Amino acid sequence: MLSVDRVEKSYKKAGMFSRERQRVLRSISFACGPGECLGIIGESGSGKSTLGRLLLGIEKPDRGTITFDGRRVDERRARRGKISAVFQDYTASINPFYTVEKALLEPLKLRGLSRRERHSAIDLLLHQVGLDLSYRGKYPHELSGGEAQRVCIARAVATEPKLIVLDEAVSSLDGSVQLQVLELLRSLRQLYGMSYIFITHDIRAAAYICDRVMILRSGQIEEIVAVEQLKDVQSAYARKLLEMVVL
Amino acid sequence: MTNILEVSDLRIWDSDTGHVIVPGSSFQVRQGSCLAIVGESGSGKSVTCRAVMRLNKASIRQSGSIRFDGVDVSELSEQDMRKLRGKRMCMILQHGMRAFDPSRVIGVHLRETLKQHYGWSRSESDASMVMAMRSVMLKDPAAILNQYPHQLSGGMLQRIMIALAIVLEPDMIIADEPTTALDTISQFEVVEQLAQLRDRLGCAMILVSHDLGIVRTMADEVIVMKAGVIVERGATEAIFSEARHAYTRYLVSSKLALDRHFQRMMEGVGGGVAER
Repeated sequence: MLSVDRVEKSYKKAGMFSRERQRVLRSISFACGPGECLGIIGESGSGKSTLGRLLLGIEKPDRGTITFDGRRVDERRARRGKISAVFQDYTASINPFYTVEKALLEPLKLRGLSRRERHSAIDLLLHQVGLDLSYRGKYPHELSGGEAQRVCIARAVATEPKLIVLDEAVSSLDGSVQLQVLELLRSLRQLYGMSYIFITHDIRAAAYICDRVMILRSGQIEEIVAVEQLKDVQSAYARKLLEMVVL
Repeated sequence: MTNILEVSDLRIWDSDTGHVIVPGSSFQVRQGSCLAIVGESGSGKSVTCRAVMRLNKASIRQSGSIRFDGVDVSELSEQDMRKLRGKRMCMILQHGMRAFDPSRVIGVHLRETLKQHYGWSRSESDASMVMAMRSVMLKDPAAILNQYPHQLSGGMLQRIMIALAIVLEPDMIIADEPTTALDTISQFEVVEQLAQLRDRLGCAMILVSHDLGIVRTMADEVIVMKAGVIVERGATEAIFSEARHAYTRYLVSSKLALDRHFQRMMEGVGGGVAER
């Protein structure tokens, strides 16, 4: 469904006269099937968020192609309503002047529903992410981290996408809230049958929700492995990464 | 063993709104031991720590007694408090980027601090900082001193703060979410450095964290806070195995749910899971 073929990306290095370019991603190729949850794990600076932005079509790769259902993701129409995103910084993700209702209404307009249908769709979405209807009129600053992230997730599933890119979506939540949101993501995936690209540095969270994980190291794919075979990772780097999990 | 820090009936409130953040908590830190404060965001962990250091902003008021090494902190003048902060109580903060002055290279901040407490010259302070930075596995420390905070990663800044603590040799360190903003590998390294720091200096530590994995490896005692109230306290192992309060059990069980799943994956599906 999503297929990434020999993608490269580089940025200009800092400094006004610098001609040097820093290569962030080199020859990345992988695929993500329908209904699959693929984790992308890496240290800070490994290029995982850049890869996320490329998948969303927010930025274009220098070389290589990313296609979704056979069409290039940098065409807006190819990804309209089909690819959604949830980011780490939930406070910056919702317009501070929008109520929860208004934030959820925006993607629903894409689906061409009538007013009444939209109204009931919001009720359903709030219910699905475990918030009661009193949240409709609340503003982002009245929400806790976990609640705000639930609203972001509701907004992402509102268009009934085929793929959601989750960039560190649970990383800044507390331990127990993190688990609640992971459970929510699991149940939504069963409900809608969509795919996730789950970008994180937290291996335990990735192991909890993903079918396969891809380990990224300084812009290159180190290894792709099914979570059941995590213990059999081949590369030395992946082994080190797994050993460093503080239980 | 004597207590280095004794906090009793600490009450913290916001004088602008009248909102009470911490209604009244008492706790002690024994000399050389590590006390962890756990709880979810907004439970008053950081405010409590800042109250001990008297670093809350002016509109946040506090009452009750805080005795550090026998001296009542609230009775000290601001001048004496400044001497105490840094030299005898060190704070390691969550956001390295915000802890250092963004418009100055790192070295300026470090030299200023060391001059204040020890009256050292530039070469003296640089020499001891370079030694300390080597010991926390920072490569090329002399070059780091001439870099700005934004040029360094979060893990590096965290280790620079630890290096500064090594030089200052405080009696107590307050580490407020020292690993939360870091990725797995830097987390592991910073935890190791913090543990070594305690071994070397024999200092007491207050560790604020919502990551129970790190609490378990570092702390001797744990207090659990919820909405400003200490709901449970005890030795670390007891908190993990026989928590009395429902909230503690909830925190522990959500941590274990992730751990168990991870271990199951690491042992392969179908393999027995070791109960912890």
